[in-house]
Amino acid sequence: MPEILVEAHPIDAVFRTDRLPHIFCPGCGIGPTMHAYAQAILESGIPKDQHACVSGIGCTARVPGYMDVDSYHTTHGRSIPFALAIALVKPEMEVTVFSGDGDLFGIGGNHFIHAARRNVDINVICINNFNYGMTGGQAGPTLPLGAKATTAPYGNTEPPFNLPYLAAACGAVFVARWTALHVRQLKDAILRAMQKKGFTFIEVLSPCPVGFGSPNDIGDAIEEVWLYRERCVVNHDAYLPDLEIDLRRKDVPFVMGNFVDIDKAPFDPLAMMKNKGE
Amino acid sequence: MSDQERVLTGSHFLLGDHACAEGAMAAGCDLFAGYPITPSTETAERLALRMPAVGAIFLQMEDELASMSALVGASLAGARAMSATSGPGFALMMENIGMAAMMEAPCVVVNIQRGAPSTGLPTLVGQSDMMQCKWGSHGDYEIVAYSPSSPQECFDHVIKAFNTADRWRIPVFVMADELIGHMTERVVIPPADQIPRVERKRPRHKPGDPSFLHCLAEDEDLVPPIVHAGEGYRVNFDSLTHDEKGYPATFPDPHDRLVRRLVNKIRLHTDQIMEYEEIFLDDAELAVIAYGSTARSARRAVNEARKDGIRVGLLRLITVWPFPENKVRELSKQVKAFVVPEVNLGQMSRETERFTSLPVIGVNHAGGVMMAPDPIFDTIREVAKNA
Repeated sequence: MPEILVEAHPIDAVFRTDRLPHIFCPGCGIGPTMHAYAQAILESGIPKDQHACVSGIGCTARVPGYMDVDSYHTTHGRSIPFALAIALVKPEMEVTVFSGDGDLFGIGGNHFIHAARRNVDINVICINNFNYGMTGGQAGPTLPLGAKATTAPYGNTEPPFNLPYLAAACGAVFVARWTALHVRQLKDAILRAMQKKGFTFIEVLSPCPVGFGSPNDIGDAIEEVWLYRERCVVNHDAYLPDLEIDLRRKDVPFVMGNFVDIDKAPFDPLAMMKNKGE
Repeated sequence: MSDQERVLTGSHFLLGDHACAEGAMAAGCDLFAGYPITPSTETAERLALRMPAVGAIFLQMEDELASMSALVGASLAGARAMSATSGPGFALMMENIGMAAMMEAPCVVVNIQRGAPSTGLPTLVGQSDMMQCKWGSHGDYEIVAYSPSSPQECFDHVIKAFNTADRWRIPVFVMADELIGHMTERVVIPPADQIPRVERKRPRHKPGDPSFLHCLAEDEDLVPPIVHAGEGYRVNFDSLTHDEKGYPATFPDPHDRLVRRLVNKIRLHTDQIMEYEEIFLDDAELAVIAYGSTARSARRAVNEARKDGIRVGLLRLITVWPFPENKVRELSKQVKAFVVPEVNLGQMSRETERFTSLPVIGVNHAGGVMMAPDPIFDTIREVAKNA
């Protein structure tokens, strides 16, 4: 007879259950994405002891604290060089940076482009909720044109980053974009990222009903999720410059997919020494 | 020079910056992360040549913010990690120096000081980062800072810095200055087995032991054992205020408990950490306090004054932080005044004033030129006359 009743949820094995419940708001997309990451850890075949999860500051940056792996909640924007050092000192470890759009691309943008250029063997999962959530909904570097935020009360006048295009241009070997609704595709993308050597990047469009939905006349989390669901188009071969997100143009879809999956030698500071004899 | 050797045992004619690099090599530095900045660049250049040859990691980062963050990550992965910089880069490192203090990640930063503020005098000497290295990051925390007065001390102090960092789980600074960094002198490097090495305190608990609290300091020294990435402990390191388990605990009580411990682990053990050299202080009626390149000129001035029959001595700081406050209190019962020469407009003289009611006379220059013996000598003579 199959065991139907179990003492603990199977996914509990990768969470610090003594820290739950988490701090995320109802309707937030970080939870499902964290779940996809947990699922990927379980399915990766890489022992928990060999995973490290590193973050900067912000709502998403709280994720590592809930994971039952070596975890590091660092300073605002500085998670990538921190993770780079762990990955170089302990090359057997699977190092994942899990942080938000403001942290990774506002204050931490310089580190992102250089880590991608170097092709450091780390994974970067970016929750893109278009705003600085922890501080209460300020404009960030991914806020769509025209969208409102507490520091853009008349609507955003700055063009936002197209993150997959940026990551690919900087040299990432795997680039994907999904929403927090695409839990299976997301988990598969994270698994793929864990399998790959080199710098991988996954953007996760995530509802933020409090920080982003509310000022932009999106009624609640369900409505924001529907907005993504209705406009999502999966196209793995999409032309990356076309991936910009413009909320004002209802005819333009949100393009999802695994856009880049290439092989390149990962960063090894001792590579020239090893090649000396050849 | 054999590039394969970590420890270049022997007598060398070395640049101060290069001596810092050799100190790192001898101390077993596993990872260097830095960004080019005058007048410290020669340290990075030397390590770029030396480290890969012994299988160690040299990284030129995108900036000093990244360098310092990488140091903390490397340290918590088990590496001995160092950077070298100067004032403007040191300013950028402050954010993650605070993180190193908060996460108790041992690491070493060499600062070859130049004229400041701002871009200031990139190629010329200054000693004006002394307060920055003590107070530069936000919040209460404690650090240790050495101040080499010669290329030999650059080598020696970097080794001390690694050991002190690992012993107390703090960021440690080697506060040299441009004059010392760009001075070439004899440096004697001892055999590898004579390089002192202090190992980090490691946990007595096995991975998976639920009773293990990795941020709990059980010992009198207030230093918790350190766990490294990938060892199976699966603990959380947090820049937020955290409890003994390492979990965020953003409340007044855990905050006071944590910050007090971070501060007290150094303040209660300064006697074990502090180092200075006493020259002619036994019968001194006047004490000069000096450090770094200025201590060389001060020694000359004191020697000259002694020839003139002035009973003056020199307290040469080896650690500028912790500052030898008890020594100053003790000397205050013996001398009539303190003279504090430094290439800034009065930083350690101000610290001296905190521990004495006697006159503290600064001999100052804002930077760009070495503190010559003459103004120190003249001040000694004048103070002795009036005392």
